Amino acid sequence: MSATATRVVDNGVNVEALLGARQALTDTPEAARFKWRASCRWVRGTHSKSTVQGFFGLGSEQSHRTEFSFEADHPEVFASEDLGATPVEFVLVGLASCLTAGIAAVAQNRQIQLRSVKATVEAGMDLQGILGIDSEVRNGFDAIKVVFDIDADASREDIEALVAQSQKRSAVFDIVTNPTNVSVEVR
Amino acid sequence: MTLAGATDVVVIGAGHAGLAMSRYLSAAAIDHVVLERGEIANSWRRERWDSLRLLTPNWQSRLPGHAYSGPAPDSFMTMSEVIGFIDDYAKVVGAPVRTFTTVTSVSEAEGGYQVTTERRVWRARSVILASGASSMPDVPPLSSALPATTRSLTPREYRNPKQLDDRAVLVVGASASGVQLADEILRSGRRVMLAVGEHIRMPRTYRGRDIQWWLDAAGVLDERYDAVDDIVRARRVPSPQLIGTPERATLDLNSLTSRGVELVGRLAGIVDGKAQFSGSLRNHCAMADLKLRRLLDRIDEWIERSGMSREIAAPERFAPTHTPQTPRLLVDFEADRIGTVLWATGFRPDYRWLKVPVFDRKGRLKHDGGIVDAPGLYALGLNFMRRRKSSFIHGAEDDVRELGDHLVAYLRRAPYSTSPPTRTFPSAGLEARRYVDSAIAKSHFH
Repeated sequence: MSATATRVVDNGVNVEALLGARQALTDTPEAARFKWRASCRWVRGTHSKSTVQGFFGLGSEQSHRTEFSFEADHPEVFASEDLGATPVEFVLVGLASCLTAGIAAVAQNRQIQLRSVKATVEAGMDLQGILGIDSEVRNGFDAIKVVFDIDADASREDIEALVAQSQKRSAVFDIVTNPTNVSVEVR
Repeated sequence: MTLAGATDVVVIGAGHAGLAMSRYLSAAAIDHVVLERGEIANSWRRERWDSLRLLTPNWQSRLPGHAYSGPAPDSFMTMSEVIGFIDDYAKVVGAPVRTFTTVTSVSEAEGGYQVTTERRVWRARSVILASGASSMPDVPPLSSALPATTRSLTPREYRNPKQLDDRAVLVVGASASGVQLADEILRSGRRVMLAVGEHIRMPRTYRGRDIQWWLDAAGVLDERYDAVDDIVRARRVPSPQLIGTPERATLDLNSLTSRGVELVGRLAGIVDGKAQFSGSLRNHCAMADLKLRRLLDRIDEWIERSGMSREIAAPERFAPTHTPQTPRLLVDFEADRIGTVLWATGFRPDYRWLKVPVFDRKGRLKHDGGIVDAPGLYALGLNFMRRRKSSFIHGAEDDVRELGDHLVAYLRRAPYSTSPPTRTFPSAGLEARRYVDSAIAKSHFH
């Protein structure tokens, strides 16, 4: 016990800062209202280039340290040039990276040292939906399956609890499991 | 309006908690009155469904100066038995109860509070809010989008399945109320869907004893509000999936699904006559299973430490909650013939008559273990108010003693000014309260 108690758990997560932010945003709920943004520019065919940089939060405009850009396209079996990931794969990337970040934060808070965390995500889709072959088939995924392989200084039960808590507090998990109102306009 | 009455303390609500406080005040020779909108134990008489029994076994129904003494300590009181129990307590206590006296407002007044009822106006130096934690069903705003052909019902209005038409019922929420109502309606021959969000799974008995016995013995129910990590969250935890039956049966999701209840995720929206359910059912069930395992581990450790392990049954672990492979995400109220939606989505106290600025931005009462954020104002019986057991019948004793001590000290220190009125400065009142808080803390909690 004393050996685990004295070893410093470091998953590279600044839990004190997160807990401090939680307290600060409890006291000033307005500052907790964020806006996330992305812009996407069509290149050619199904190929597009998206960038993210600015966002709003803590009551003012914020910015990533640099602009990040993402190429999206469709694979050659769709008669595309395959110059980037498929948009639905970005959704899987979003889900996996959100859950993974959550696991690191929760593990740090629970004093669990992680050695490796690997998520494998698979989602089924029936193309009869998007191709308009069968109107009863939805366009999106039938279901998403995430499998985690985690090596950590913790029991299986504690690891399962980490993964469960991470889902509970995940923005992307919420976005994909619950409906969201979406408005799309033309300027 | 008749002339004002003056007293030291007005207790609002003649349920078990208000009566226990009355007993304390009488013993301390403090002038008080208990105002009750209906009869003693009114909510138990008028706002509960017919088959409901307490979730706690009879032996646990104990109040200061009163306890269950019947022949079935391990059984669970029916509503008429609860009413009888509390009626008896009112007689034992000899509480000065004014029945059929509805409080219409409580406001700050010189020297304390003005309590207005339909009959007369009271002036009191202190007011105890003992009107109950479960007065108002907490129905989510999305209920307004329900199609007109589907009936909306809360557990407060529900009495028995005869009220329902023969179409299917969607029960929203899998707390004690939700699983009990799903069970009863299923038994009446109707099809039942249960929308499951965050919930607490518990077996009725564990290692041969009632789960409440272990929670009591292992000190879980005595955990204090100022010793838990996140009290705001702890106060929101739904009631555990328990039912009180003479057979001491466990009522969990597995026992419901094995008999045909369809599980769906948390109700996330109602659009165009369709209910949308969250895809998070599996995780909510996994979390409840994990928490149950943790609780049983804790009980096992306690048994081990206490040296009981040889006298009692071996540890048990329960099968994980079975969730459907692909729970339905969309349900059409008309096509699926859903006649009723029953909102087992929790309750909150009704303080619409409390005209004192003691609410946070979410409309919740601001209090520190029942000591409300206004001098001389106290609450009783709220969820995890001072201890995990605060909202239970047996939770009243410790809370009444501590808050009663606090109140007595407050009355001694605060300038007496019910009549004739002398203005006290709010800051002086706060100062006095802080002093009393720390004095009480030193004498009782350490």
